[in-house]
Amino acid sequence: MLEVEGLEASYGSFRVLSGVTLEVRPGEIVALLGPNGAGKTTLIRCIAGLLRPRAGAMRWEGRPLGQAEAHTVVERGVAVVPEGRRLFGSMTVEENLALGAFAPRARRGEASRLEGVYAIFPVLRERRRELVRALSGGQQQMVAIGRALMADPRLLVLDEPSLGLAPRLVESIFGVLREINRGGVSILLVEQNVHAALALAHRGYILEAGRVAAEGQGSVLLNDAHVRRAYLGPLAR
Amino acid sequence: MTAFVQQMVLGLLIGGLYGLAAAGLSLVFGVLKVLNVAHGQLIMLGGYGAFWLGALAGFDPFAALTLVIPGALAFGAVLYWTLFAWVVRASEETRVKNSLLIGFGLALALDALAVRLWTADERSITTSYAGAVVSVGGIAIPLVRLASLVLAGALIGGVHLLLARTRWGRAIRATAEDWEAALLTGIDVRRAYLLAFAIGTALAGAAGTLVSVGYSVSPSIGLEWTLKALVVVVLAGLGSMPGTFVGGLVLGLAEAAAAWGFGGPYREMVGLVLFFVVLVARPQGLFAR
Repeated sequence: MLEVEGLEASYGSFRVLSGVTLEVRPGEIVALLGPNGAGKTTLIRCIAGLLRPRAGAMRWEGRPLGQAEAHTVVERGVAVVPEGRRLFGSMTVEENLALGAFAPRARRGEASRLEGVYAIFPVLRERRRELVRALSGGQQQMVAIGRALMADPRLLVLDEPSLGLAPRLVESIFGVLREINRGGVSILLVEQNVHAALALAHRGYILEAGRVAAEGQGSVLLNDAHVRRAYLGPLAR
Repeated sequence: MTAFVQQMVLGLLIGGLYGLAAAGLSLVFGVLKVLNVAHGQLIMLGGYGAFWLGALAGFDPFAALTLVIPGALAFGAVLYWTLFAWVVRASEETRVKNSLLIGFGLALALDALAVRLWTADERSITTSYAGAVVSVGGIAIPLVRLASLVLAGALIGGVHLLLARTRWGRAIRATAEDWEAALLTGIDVRRAYLLAFAIGTALAGAAGTLVSVGYSVSPSIGLEWTLKALVVVVLAGLGSMPGTFVGGLVLGLAEAAAAWGFGGPYREMVGLVLFFVVLVARPQGLFAR
């Protein structure tokens, strides 16, 4: 579905990705893990079309990705929830959600999808007329996910949705992601929260210094000595 | 006392035009993050456009608005594609530097063009109703300027509704707030820039038309109007069209009060004092949300 092959990217002369290969298959939840600076967000920016890779290839549903303008990516069925949510804070909840359905393809069925988002996050319906910046962090994350769902994506890409949220909220957000996935949407999940991400994901990749250092099924990765040493700390031994 | 009120009324009337002049500059600055220093020249061109329509085709200046506004929209689109589209996505430093160069270059070129086409004389559109005045309790209100104030308010209100209620209006606001996030939601931000610049130019054209009928235009008014608009943008802050209109009225009133209290020369100074005080005390502007 999404295939990334030998992807290289850099900011100026600083190389961030040096040959990343991974894929997301239809119906999968794939976790992308790794320390800060490993290149996770850079990879997302390449997929979203915000950064041109220097080498390598990306294909989405068999057709090349990364050549066209960024705004066409969502039209093709890939919705990104960026790091730090990046909501339009001076607009209301409902305006943010409506902007999620801006792409021409997403305009069809916008009303029923809005109902769907409100069904998943009832609190957003209550606060739909309020400015987004008045919402709590957890509620803002709901708006961010809701905005991406409004695009009617076949692949949902999330960059650290758990950042700064209380553990209980993370649990409920991850529960929502599982539900969304059961509805047929594939998910690529970038996370620092290794345990939660691998428990949710079918498969995972570990990114280190711009390369894939390990990959495999969630449970396998969780037991991988390398992963335990690098991410789970001494308590995991 | 009557003299004071009279001055304040005149200040309020020109303040509406300050607001209209600033609305376009504010929209372009807020969305493209580019300060178009040639904005006053666009106002000047709008004034001459209406002057030509009147002199050559016998148009009433207010009726000329129906041609000046779409003409300015198209002219703004051309200016965007030929000049400003090259810098909007450059890094911040390059964008600021290059857009100032482009703006000053454009201003000089338009100044020279105006002298060539219309000579350096001051021009004003005189209508059959030019001298009409309504009197309220001894205060004379020139009808043309009153109509200009109302039209300025209506145009700004119209753009406000466009931005608040329409799909592309929302897209323009989203682009102003976070262009990368706008791209992620599928907004073609270059089209949002184009629309914002074209609408900004149309507002300038409308302002110029109203200036040419209630006041006067000459090839040298560009810089003056850019400065007035800039003062109002700083005063009002970015992001609110009604706020910009009120900012224009405040500047008009402040100028009138200064001229009445300290004499005519102080009229031009008060804007710069306000500019400085607001930048120091409330840099986000008086009405920024």
